[in-house]
Amino acid sequence: MIDDLKTFTTLPDRAPPGSEIGLIAWIRQNLFGSAGSSITTLILVCLFLMYLPPFVEWALINANWVGNERSICDANKAGACWAFIGVRMDQILFGLYFGANPDQVWRPVTIFIIFFTLLIPLMIDKTPRKDILGILLLLVFPALFYVLIYGGVFGIPVADTTQWGGFLLTFALAFIGILFALPIGILLALGRRSEMPVIRAICVTYIEFWRGTPLITILFMASVMLPLFFPAGVDFDKVVRAMIGITLFQSAYTAEAVRGGLSAIPKGQYEAAMALGLGYWKRTIFIILPQALKISIPAIVNTFIALFKDTSLVSIIGLLDLLNMAQTASRSLEWNGYDIEGYLFAGFIFWMFCFGMSRYSQNLERKLDTDRRN
Amino acid sequence: MTDRVRIPLHRDPKARAIAIQLIALFLVVYGAYSLFQTTVGNLVARGIQTGTSFFDEVAPFNIGFSPLLDFKLGESTYIEVFFIGIQNTILVSILGIVAATVLGFIVGVVRLSPNWLASKVALCYIEIFRNVPLLLQIMFWNFAIFLPSLPAPKNSIEIGSFYLNARGLHMPTPIIDNSSGFILWALTLALLTFGLFIFARRAKVRFEETGRRLPVFWINFFAFVFCGFIFYKICGSPLAFDIPVLGRFNFKGGGQLPLPLFSLWFALTVYTAAFIAENVRAGIQSVSHGQTEASHALGMSRRDTVRLVVIPQALRVIIPPTISQFLNLTKNSSLAVAVGFEEIVAVWAGISLNQTGQALIIIAMTIAVYECLSLLTSAFLNWYNRRIQLSEL
Repeated sequence: MIDDLKTFTTLPDRAPPGSEIGLIAWIRQNLFGSAGSSITTLILVCLFLMYLPPFVEWALINANWVGNERSICDANKAGACWAFIGVRMDQILFGLYFGANPDQVWRPVTIFIIFFTLLIPLMIDKTPRKDILGILLLLVFPALFYVLIYGGVFGIPVADTTQWGGFLLTFALAFIGILFALPIGILLALGRRSEMPVIRAICVTYIEFWRGTPLITILFMASVMLPLFFPAGVDFDKVVRAMIGITLFQSAYTAEAVRGGLSAIPKGQYEAAMALGLGYWKRTIFIILPQALKISIPAIVNTFIALFKDTSLVSIIGLLDLLNMAQTASRSLEWNGYDIEGYLFAGFIFWMFCFGMSRYSQNLERKLDTDRRN
Repeated sequence: MTDRVRIPLHRDPKARAIAIQLIALFLVVYGAYSLFQTTVGNLVARGIQTGTSFFDEVAPFNIGFSPLLDFKLGESTYIEVFFIGIQNTILVSILGIVAATVLGFIVGVVRLSPNWLASKVALCYIEIFRNVPLLLQIMFWNFAIFLPSLPAPKNSIEIGSFYLNARGLHMPTPIIDNSSGFILWALTLALLTFGLFIFARRAKVRFEETGRRLPVFWINFFAFVFCGFIFYKICGSPLAFDIPVLGRFNFKGGGQLPLPLFSLWFALTVYTAAFIAENVRAGIQSVSHGQTEASHALGMSRRDTVRLVVIPQALRVIIPPTISQFLNLTKNSSLAVAVGFEEIVAVWAGISLNQTGQALIIIAMTIAVYECLSLLTSAFLNWYNRRIQLSEL
């Protein structure tokens, strides 16, 4: 009897019933879980069948992909005219100057290659010496950008800022915006948390003033009134005016993002730094800011996404950014009437960058969250 | 016995704080002053007389859309244009806020639906519309979709007395035909509302005493519609309708919602709803599952659990960011300038500025309008946050 007990073994688990695993079970649970759910699924499938095939046919199957002339697209109206985008690609991406001088296109192309080779390692966790990369991106890259895009040195022909356009201009506006807004924003955030009432009041007023106005009025102000604010003789062209307006606007939003990070630092960190005898600046630069900035990166990226989308507003004050360039191209004499393609292409480029950045910021947020829990 | 160590003045934190603040204050005041001086100097040098005298000048351009304030070409002054601009901004903002809230809540709830397909559709909606610039969306809907696809006035799409064409939506507008009858009707409606309000209070008291609940909302809704209609007939149908009639080129009579207003409203709604949907999703997910389980354990029905336990707690998380979205929508309505809807930036900071050249005053007034709206919103938000914090104690 005891021997029997010793040889006792549990039966192996029975396989779950076929209705609870596999594809069919998944479909039953997730698509036909209840009467309402089934109806929703059916309606959605019907809608897809109605609208998706015609769209795919228009956008992909029947589309005119190649060609240099309008007549090709006019002959086949059933499909999208991507040939138009192909012909005007240089112009839409790099603006009128580089669109008109194909031999100069290498300049913006090189700049974007350099930018992404610097940026992508920065976004990967395991990269060593991120600080060097960051400094290269924030300090050396702008100088390179100026040399390559503006030109005027090493025999590179000058492309004046007024001739910048397309995605290049969108990129320049957004990058300059974040580059200058970041330090100003950090100072403002520190000022807003300062114990000195006057400093605090100044910073709060500044931040709330810019946050309360739509960017378009600020751009109007920058383009109409900025010349009035400076002594005679000091004048900026339209692009630089827009950059100043965007920087002022963006610094207020960056300040709020950084403030969020600052207020997440436990009080013990401040007290410990004070106990070590560090003064305000040493405490802030070596103890508080490194931690606070790390926490506020997702929020800063989010404000940057908003800025990147908002740069399209400069088309209202007449700058030829990506949106305006696409629109101008689709309203030109040769390609008049292909608005949808122009807008979709510009929209797709904006979407790609914004979606990518928002995914990155979400990942970062998730990672930082677990960091704090441990 | 040692003397107290005297801290030198430049090392005394208090003295330093005062000095730093004085310097900062001086710099700001001096900066503002020199900016002012340069600006005045520049204005004088360019021969621009800054003043408010142009307010009373007649505006030499037409404003097609102004539902409440009257605009007459050749009579209306610039200051009236300013108020019409504010009116139109507020109008499109309210229309957008209502629609975006409804759409945003629906998308946010669908995003959490157990139906995989529906949830993914909501996700696609959010990710597509959130990540494309609003200006591009406004222009896309207006110039690439609505304008080419809607017919000319002659071939308008007819829905009852509503006509939709490339110029906008024409619709009947009510006119007060019989003013004494209308006043009587309004009075009875006011009385009815008061009565229904008392009824709702009574029903609540009864519910708290006995636990029996009446479908108060539906009773009130049907009572209001039914009695309102009966009273309307009794008072002799005091309203007449001005119905749009197709003339030679366009519709005459009735009201018109111009196409730019419609495109702007549509794009603002679709864009802002994507953000509100994310707030709603985050809010509902923030209510811990234990709350739902506890409520089930207490024997509450699914409907009551959602209505009385989940939603009140979720709203606390949803409302503050959603109100800032409302403010964003209001600020974003300034993009109307791209499609030519006559709100404050288009009509005041755009046309009026070009006509008069009074950049300083016009831009300052435009900014002031938005600052007021923003201050009102944040005052309301602070009040709301304080209120929900108190109820937590």
